[in-house]
Amino acid sequence: MGKTVLTGKHFWYGNIAIAEGAIAAGCRFFAGYPITPASEIAEHISKRFPEIGGIFIQFEDELAAMAAILGASWAGAKSMTSTSGPGFSLMVENFGLGVMMEVPTVVVNIQRGGPSTGLPTLTAQGDVMQAKWGSHGQYEVIALSPDSPQEAFDLTIRCFNLAEKYRVPVILLASETVGHSAGKVVVPPEDEIELIDRKKPTVPPEEYLSYMPDEDLIPPMALAGEGYAVCTTGLTHDEKGYPDISAEAQEKLVRRLNDKIRKHLEEIVDVEEENMEDAKIAVVSYGQVSRPAKRAVKMAREEGIKVGSIKLITVWPFAENVIRKWAKQVELFVVPELNYGQIYLEVKREAAGDAETVLVPRMGGRLITPQEIYQEIKKVSEK
Amino acid sequence: MSRKMISGEKPPQELHPMDWWLRSERMPHIWCAGCGIGSTLYAWARALDSVGIDKEKVVYVSGIGCCGRGSGYLDVDGFHTTHGRAIPFAIGIKLVKPDLCVNVISGDGDLFSIGGNHFIHACRRNVDLLVICTNNFIYGMTGGQLAATTPLGDYSTTTPYGNIEPPFNTPHLADASGAVYVARWTSIHVRLLEKSIAEALRMKGFRYIEVLSPCPVNYGRRNRLREVDDIAKWFWKSSVIKHGADTSEVQIEKGKPLILGNFVKREKKLSYYEELKKLEEKVKRAAEAEK
Repeated sequence: MGKTVLTGKHFWYGNIAIAEGAIAAGCRFFAGYPITPASEIAEHISKRFPEIGGIFIQFEDELAAMAAILGASWAGAKSMTSTSGPGFSLMVENFGLGVMMEVPTVVVNIQRGGPSTGLPTLTAQGDVMQAKWGSHGQYEVIALSPDSPQEAFDLTIRCFNLAEKYRVPVILLASETVGHSAGKVVVPPEDEIELIDRKKPTVPPEEYLSYMPDEDLIPPMALAGEGYAVCTTGLTHDEKGYPDISAEAQEKLVRRLNDKIRKHLEEIVDVEEENMEDAKIAVVSYGQVSRPAKRAVKMAREEGIKVGSIKLITVWPFAENVIRKWAKQVELFVVPELNYGQIYLEVKREAAGDAETVLVPRMGGRLITPQEIYQEIKKVSEK
Repeated sequence: MSRKMISGEKPPQELHPMDWWLRSERMPHIWCAGCGIGSTLYAWARALDSVGIDKEKVVYVSGIGCCGRGSGYLDVDGFHTTHGRAIPFAIGIKLVKPDLCVNVISGDGDLFSIGGNHFIHACRRNVDLLVICTNNFIYGMTGGQLAATTPLGDYSTTTPYGNIEPPFNTPHLADASGAVYVARWTSIHVRLLEKSIAEALRMKGFRYIEVLSPCPVNYGRRNRLREVDDIAKWFWKSSVIKHGADTSEVQIEKGKPLILGNFVKREKKLSYYEELKKLEEKVKRAAEAEK
């Protein structure tokens, strides 16, 4: 058997860090379809999995890859797929099934420029709203956004833990510039990596109901082949997992599917705040834009501008309480994004009435520079 | 009665022997009078019994459509997935737990229109699945639209002037794509179907059985087969059993014999999982040699 956790210091591309993060998190099933700029994840896993007893399979399309990771999870594996925007557009079909069947799994989206084929080799953050709303119907999603290879490694592990804990498909929403930048990645010793596994039934099969939630709104998960006669469907269903296509069943199920995330915001939402104590301006950023954003804040601080930084590690669920809290103190939020305003809309909504919100948009193709963000901070500070 | 019996126990006397396999509390089912899905599932459950497969090891994956609902009626691990994606979903289960008996039972629209790509690639990879298609020549659940299996000239709600598209010859498609077992029966040939399913259950790799199945409500009534048993009579009168038939010659055409039988059996081909394990061994040996 090859080593599963490559404890030590490495110089890795973000995509390699994601693959190794998945392996360290216990992922042993990967299904994928080639796509730029995410293919290195699948390639790396195809090399590593035969060494460690994992199953790698390249499918005919992303529809199949997404379906397969759900099936694999039902058989007990921690599973993952990776893709970019065009592939994610196909995956949202079975992403919705994963939400409905409550399947722990991880989907990596290495964002590139869109719409459509767009910029296959160049970066963007255009899929933020798609991550939230991509599949039909009402549901909550968890999406984490890394800014570096190290964070890509760390957050991939966290994605698996959140997926297992809340029984949901979780998205790692990275971007081309994270996937294709190389940097230092420190992999901790195996016993220092905290892993969470899904809840298992504590009752015998004859008392088990596939979708009877505990108090935390999350039902324990019996697996295929364990004798529990799992009954699951993409249709609206009751606690037994039997189809119940009535308004009453819909009300109960869809509320619970959303509430199991909404009622745990405190545990899920994660942000990094810097220089916020006396800030009158806050730069809100996520993913790799956080790096030029922090640099810009530093430059502005050197000029005496009272500006701080809020970096969203969880893009979804949105850090609404954090923005509402700081909106009482700051006069203005600056939101640099590699799109034409997505998280900007969320910030604006939460800040409304208390603080202004300014968007610094770039459509993708390259990162925003610290200077560009700095110029915007300077401009608004002079108002 | 759902999973109230642990496998190995004998069912209580008052039950029909097949109730052992059913989630009886879910009856009545949604299927129409004259539909062939029930008989197909009956043959499948009997075949599982005859081969002696532990109920706890049986997995039933379905897609969307009338047949898709079957996975919720049988007292096994049942996965009612999305339209066309039953096969890749099932592959995920089977590769992680190769000891399970994973079955995909779904309709022609699900497996050959929206899911056609997954079907041919699963054949090509020779993944360990038994795929049973209840082919009723039509989209039944949605009200009788044209399918990729509707015979030429037939009427549907979206071919009000008759179908101009040649249908798939699904056994030929499976054969050409590399399936190791290919058969065709009808839902009225219950005993022969059961034997065929049992034969397929004893094999590894990708096994495909097409089951022609009546849909009096949404196919028959628009195609001069209106009465509940008209399609069954057509099957009975026109069928010719020809084991080992050349699959390129079993296309279904109205007015011509319906060729049934066990067409293909390739026993020596390694399944996907076996190939995967071979690969793992190779990688391990190479790693040891490097040391």
